[in-house]
Amino acid sequence: MNEALVRDLVPAVIGVLVRRGADFASAEDAVQEALIRALQTWPDDPPRDPKGWLVTAAWHKFVDAARAEASRQRRELAVDAEPPPGPAPAGDDTLRLYFLCAHPSLPSAAAVALTLRAVGGLTTRQIAQACLVPEATMAQRIVRAKRRIEGLPLDEHGDLATVLRVLYLVFNEGYGGDLDLAAEAIRLTRQLVALTADDPEVAGLLALMLLHHARRASRTGPGGRLVPLAEQDRSRWDTALIAEGVTILQTALARDRLGEYQAQAAIAALHADAQKAEETDWPQIVEWYDELLALTGSPVVRLNRAVAVGEADGAQAGLAALAEVGADVPRRAAVAAYLHERAGDRALAAELYAEAARAATSVQEVEYLTREAARVRQRERA
Amino acid sequence: MKYLLLKHYRGGPAPAVDFPPMDQWTPEEVDAHVQFMRDFASRLQESGEFVDMQALSAEGAFVRSGGQGRPPVTDGPFAETKDLIAGWYIVDVDSWDRAVQIAGELSAVPGPGGEPLLEWLEVRPFLGAEAPKAAG
Repeated sequence: MNEALVRDLVPAVIGVLVRRGADFASAEDAVQEALIRALQTWPDDPPRDPKGWLVTAAWHKFVDAARAEASRQRRELAVDAEPPPGPAPAGDDTLRLYFLCAHPSLPSAAAVALTLRAVGGLTTRQIAQACLVPEATMAQRIVRAKRRIEGLPLDEHGDLATVLRVLYLVFNEGYGGDLDLAAEAIRLTRQLVALTADDPEVAGLLALMLLHHARRASRTGPGGRLVPLAEQDRSRWDTALIAEGVTILQTALARDRLGEYQAQAAIAALHADAQKAEETDWPQIVEWYDELLALTGSPVVRLNRAVAVGEADGAQAGLAALAEVGADVPRRAAVAAYLHERAGDRALAAELYAEAARAATSVQEVEYLTREAARVRQRERA
Repeated sequence: MKYLLLKHYRGGPAPAVDFPPMDQWTPEEVDAHVQFMRDFASRLQESGEFVDMQALSAEGAFVRSGGQGRPPVTDGPFAETKDLIAGWYIVDVDSWDRAVQIAGELSAVPGPGGEPLLEWLEVRPFLGAEAPKAAG
């Protein structure tokens, strides 16, 4: 049985239950229980219509639970008043579920967890393992999230930008345990592309994820050491994923409705396009950063742009671009260190690498930047 | 039973570490240090004694209640305490002696010149576990 395929059905089944009168939290619980049953029984007894099976099983679970509640009469009346279930427009319901799970009233961590559970169909245990928190913590986070969006109508028009942000957060969450959240984010974004009739920004996000994912194997060296882009073994990049990402991006760009994910994907595509680091088309990357900066005004984009300017026009130009970046932007010291070393000021570069290492937020980064500081100091001594 | 191994890069009963910060070592010395730590963690995982580990940022602050819901914050890096906690391990081992043995091995992580670093590790049993020094 293909677990991912089964999970694809989850949002549609939740949608059907909600349409029939179940509240979101109960529908979601019922579908989770039906899913666990499916995982147990389907290997021996595969259903002819998996979605129909899940709807029926989940509906029974919901009705059982509803009967057990103190408010059973009210609920049963509500259920009775519903018209008999007909074929529901499943795609529509699924899209609304994306919006609900990424509701602006939810904190990021909660939106990520709820999306993985309600849209992705993952169990609480799987999500907890992937996010490296205890299962009880994750269960509580999901309960609180559900409570917060309780009563919000499923048909409320949502903000697609919020959905995309949550999916990108899932992608960047990394992976732990036996679940790869990056792959899961790609699966959910593929689904969203189909639901949103190829919205160029949704396609742009999918392209961006595919292009990043294609380089993942080369990003870490022996023992998990961080390998910077310029030093990566490009023969380990996944060319099929890159080709798919580029094709999706080109189709999106042809619609002439540029957004930040398309611009980011264009930059990733230019990196992927270079056979060797020296062949990178930095002037064109700078142009895309200009577009991205116009779209977002983000200080992080400004910082990355300074790196690209440094590569395209030399270290001094990069430092001039860096002067426009606020001192409190994360990783600014690391970029300054890199540019100052290229400009020939090793003593200052070493200081800045050490400063960047002290402020870094992951062990990998601390180790990488500490080693860079040590390397520059050694060269200075030599 | 579980023990917390607290790595004191500076501080401890009798300060032993007087090395410059790691960014002033050679790249090879940094590599050797990092590799030792990785191998150490994976050996503990293989023996089934590993529970958790975390490195801590050198940055931070002291916080305590200042009444009326406004906590006073004292910025690090805690120069006055002469102590720097670099991180911690949690191990689940059969005896106090084993916990001490593990801490001793970890303290011998190579520093500059490949010499053992000899930083202090504070070994603290979890409450609710059996009496710490009963073994042996």
